[in-house]
Amino acid sequence: MRHFDTNLNGLRDSITAMASLAEEMIDRSIQAMNVPDPDIANQVRELDRRMDAWELQLDHFCIELLALQAPAAVDLRFVASSLKIVPELERIGDHCCNIARRGTLVHPPVLLDGSLERLGQETRSMVSRAMNAFVTKDAALARAVILADDSVDELYAGIYRELIRLMKADPGCIDRAGHLILVIKNWERIADQATNIAEEVLYILEAQSAKHPYLQGKGPAPGEGRS
Amino acid sequence: MLACKNVTIEFNKTAVIKNVSLEFPVKRVTAIIGPSGCGKSTLLRACNRMHFLTPGAKVTGAVTLNGKDIYHKDVDAVLLRRRIGMVFQKANPFPTLSIFDNVVAGLRLSGLGSKARLQEAAERALGDAALWDEVKDRLQQSPMTLSGGQQQRLCIARALAVDPEVLLMDEPCSALDPIATAKIEELMFRLRERLSVVIVTHNMQQAARASDRTAFLWMGELIEEGDTETIFTAPTKPMTEDYLTGRFG
Repeated sequence: MRHFDTNLNGLRDSITAMASLAEEMIDRSIQAMNVPDPDIANQVRELDRRMDAWELQLDHFCIELLALQAPAAVDLRFVASSLKIVPELERIGDHCCNIARRGTLVHPPVLLDGSLERLGQETRSMVSRAMNAFVTKDAALARAVILADDSVDELYAGIYRELIRLMKADPGCIDRAGHLILVIKNWERIADQATNIAEEVLYILEAQSAKHPYLQGKGPAPGEGRS
Repeated sequence: MLACKNVTIEFNKTAVIKNVSLEFPVKRVTAIIGPSGCGKSTLLRACNRMHFLTPGAKVTGAVTLNGKDIYHKDVDAVLLRRRIGMVFQKANPFPTLSIFDNVVAGLRLSGLGSKARLQEAAERALGDAALWDEVKDRLQQSPMTLSGGQQQRLCIARALAVDPEVLLMDEPCSALDPIATAKIEELMFRLRERLSVVIVTHNMQQAARASDRTAFLWMGELIEEGDTETIFTAPTKPMTEDYLTGRFG
């Protein structure tokens, strides 16, 4: 195996490790919504420091590969997309911190229909599948992740409307529901980050940008539907 | 426009270039890349009839300049090479001539030189080759006093002095340091405002930096050609991808 292949495999393994950390943070953030334990937020914050360290390390590694190895074709796409995937994962960590630190502020629960848990799990599934697509080079799976963002958006919108309704009906829940609005926005953003990762996977595999399909005459423009 | 159509080149009945069709668009830099022995230089040299006197060499198919076959019996090879200039891997200034006389050698051979015209042509060609400022005070000195990079630019100036339509460059920077290489690449960038440049290079990054189009040859066959950006980011042929990523063979 070429030395450069060893480097590329190392980069792929490191990103996978970073993604595993992100999934662990997501799991604990879901847990934070269920259990009012302040220690969970501390654990998530601790994990976020490791995410930040990964980001610095992998940024540096990607730049080093570009400068020293001058990759081309699929190797270039892989390194360039890695440079974009790493900050997406780091942002997922930030969102998890935002969610987990509100864990003690949303109890007793405002939502009793399980929709908050479902939003967290669907988002987690998107991240997990996006990273599986990255590792197994599965374009169909990456496309499925991009499509899944629509259902997360719908779920988010439904919960948002319900929270507004609850706040109007019971002003006593406004503080908790207000925090929940921020929580669901963070989940929705994590789903966007998973979508971005899936788009990068498609770029690596197919050499064509999957971003902003409306600019290529596919699908509605922002404001007309999904962006 | 210079173009090869179904060109096959044989040496002693062994085909080195096999049925290659490739166009070199006007005002574009085209890079020819490929592993050693793939026929890059052979194809380039066929574009100004350099194989004409090689024993056992045979060129079939058509190499055309603006639609006219350059191998037609009525085409004068000397006049052709005024229209299609060539620069080689190793700078080859005439060592016994001065810098000035090197630049105007082609014009003198063509009988095109009043003194004033030669002076004007030399200044223009050296300026085009980004060498004028460095040699304007030493035009009567030997070219052997110049650095390797300067000698290569002198050879480019010599080729430009006769106002060619196409400039063929066979690994022109392979013996040059990064600064001299950068000057030649910048020169190629400016030259394409008025002529076609074809460069054979082993340096993938040079092809990526300096060319508009790239052609990939392997074992004498044209595997893929297209916009340089596409070839280097999203080649369509697995063989091109393997070559560019170093996984060839």
